[in-house]
Amino acid sequence: MAKQYETVIGLEVHVELATKTKIFCGCSTAFGGAPNTHTCPVCTGMPGSLPVLNKKVLEYAVAVGLATNCDITRVCKFDRKNYFYPDNPQNYQISQLYLPICRNGCVEIETADGKKNVGIHEIHMEEDAGKLIHDDWADRTLVDYNRSGVPLIEIVSEPDMRSAEEVIAYLEKLRMRIQYLGVSDCKLQEGSMRADVNLSVREVGAAEYGTRTEMKNLNSFKAISHAISCERERQIDLLEAGKKVIQETRHFDDNKGESYPMRSKEDAQDYRYFPDPDLVPVYVDDMFLQEIKDREPEFREAKMLRYEREYGLPAYDIEILTGEKALADLFEATTAICGKPKLVSNWLMGETLRLCREKNMDASDLRFSPDNLAKLIDLTETKTINGSVAKEVFEVMFEENIDPAAYVEEKGLKTVGDEGLLRKTVEEVLAANPQSVSDYKGGKQKAIGFLVGQTMKAMKGKADPAMVNQLLREYLD
Amino acid sequence: MANIISDETIEYVSILAKLELSDEQKEAAKKDMGRMLDYIDKLNELDTSGVEPMSHVFPVRNVFREDVVTNRDESEQILKNAPEEQDNMFVVPRTFE
Repeated sequence: MAKQYETVIGLEVHVELATKTKIFCGCSTAFGGAPNTHTCPVCTGMPGSLPVLNKKVLEYAVAVGLATNCDITRVCKFDRKNYFYPDNPQNYQISQLYLPICRNGCVEIETADGKKNVGIHEIHMEEDAGKLIHDDWADRTLVDYNRSGVPLIEIVSEPDMRSAEEVIAYLEKLRMRIQYLGVSDCKLQEGSMRADVNLSVREVGAAEYGTRTEMKNLNSFKAISHAISCERERQIDLLEAGKKVIQETRHFDDNKGESYPMRSKEDAQDYRYFPDPDLVPVYVDDMFLQEIKDREPEFREAKMLRYEREYGLPAYDIEILTGEKALADLFEATTAICGKPKLVSNWLMGETLRLCREKNMDASDLRFSPDNLAKLIDLTETKTINGSVAKEVFEVMFEENIDPAAYVEEKGLKTVGDEGLLRKTVEEVLAANPQSVSDYKGGKQKAIGFLVGQTMKAMKGKADPAMVNQLLREYLD
Repeated sequence: MANIISDETIEYVSILAKLELSDEQKEAAKKDMGRMLDYIDKLNELDTSGVEPMSHVFPVRNVFREDVVTNRDESEQILKNAPEEQDNMFVVPRTFE
């Protein structure tokens, strides 16, 4: 009988913190600057320069630790991780090995198999490296140090996950916690959240873990799932063939569904960590911890319960609205103004997300204000404009954040409430379309749709379709 | 000399340090390293149980910066340290991902 294997997975997740400046110097972290314009002697590793810790980085790291049930290390230090690579100008990365800021946490995840806890071994603070650009033509490499020194936290889980579903649920949970804290936007595609997958397999029931590998270059949840199933197969094939799994770091190619080892024997994995003498120890006191606890926001789970209780929204709406912090914020701000939660939810889940998908945007990229969305809802509720005009106005508002009330006024988009004019138009349409009239009278109910359309067209879209329908029936029936 | 450095160790250390050593240099380095380790061994003569490892000479803690941008574009100065420059970037020998 074929052997049954269990997959054992732990994750190392790097999160880029949304600070204005780098972790150890006053250089900007803004994205998209010209190469090396955000650099200084500290983040380019010049001899004699002195790194000083950005207080915000400590606050953010502690906030994430508290939000993931970690113990906060009251005396923590920074260490140097030594390696030579051109993306690292100091020839060491400043990180934390011996006394990381957070330890011993856990988060609860939920999958089709139910709820379970995933342990967090530690969270440490460290700096990002520079960016290498390969010049294939000249066969050389160019280095931009703008990213060098951008603050990261690395969240190291325990090997508690057993499937791709659990991995995705864990990442989603972390992403929500961190995004709600406002500590990072956590976008996998843009690299502000990166996950390395440590995976091993063992026979079901075995007491010991198998030898693990580490997979890198996973830029989406899909790539992560794919890498997990490919690596599981690869390791099982090795074991079935009587071979051994080698502990190594592998680079995953999502297109090919293959991975290959990243380092040769020439690059010995020996980082010779030692305490960084340029950075003084960090003492975390009760007051500091309390301040951060006091600032803790309402997290997604609590928000979901409240949306049901306070707004009576359907579970599906709640799931979508709270799935992005920016969307939830927009929902709450708009509802506070207009007091119509379900209508706000409909606009956000319908038109807003449709346009976001179409334009490849995130909720955090939205430009229109809660004020203007509330005004638009008011315009439709008072029947000042009809549904299709509202959608047109919304598209303009989505792009340019216009004031819909002023826009409707200016462009003359108000629904024409003049019943006399509407009757006159309906009579004209009926006279001009005898075929449709006889079709309808002959039992073709659908013909009325055409007549409504013609009337709306004659009214330049500015009529209430329900009213048009009603008038037409009055004449026809 | 109490500490004898093996050929493997010196080979390994030179890979870590990205140094290519001649045979004579290797022999000299083995002796130097052995002597250094002998000197460090002196510390083992002391009982350090219960003593916190020291990473700083001065009793300073909690030195922070506020999260405010203080640096401007100094890439012209910074790039003066580059052996070669192209498109405002440092040029290095080709690396492989």
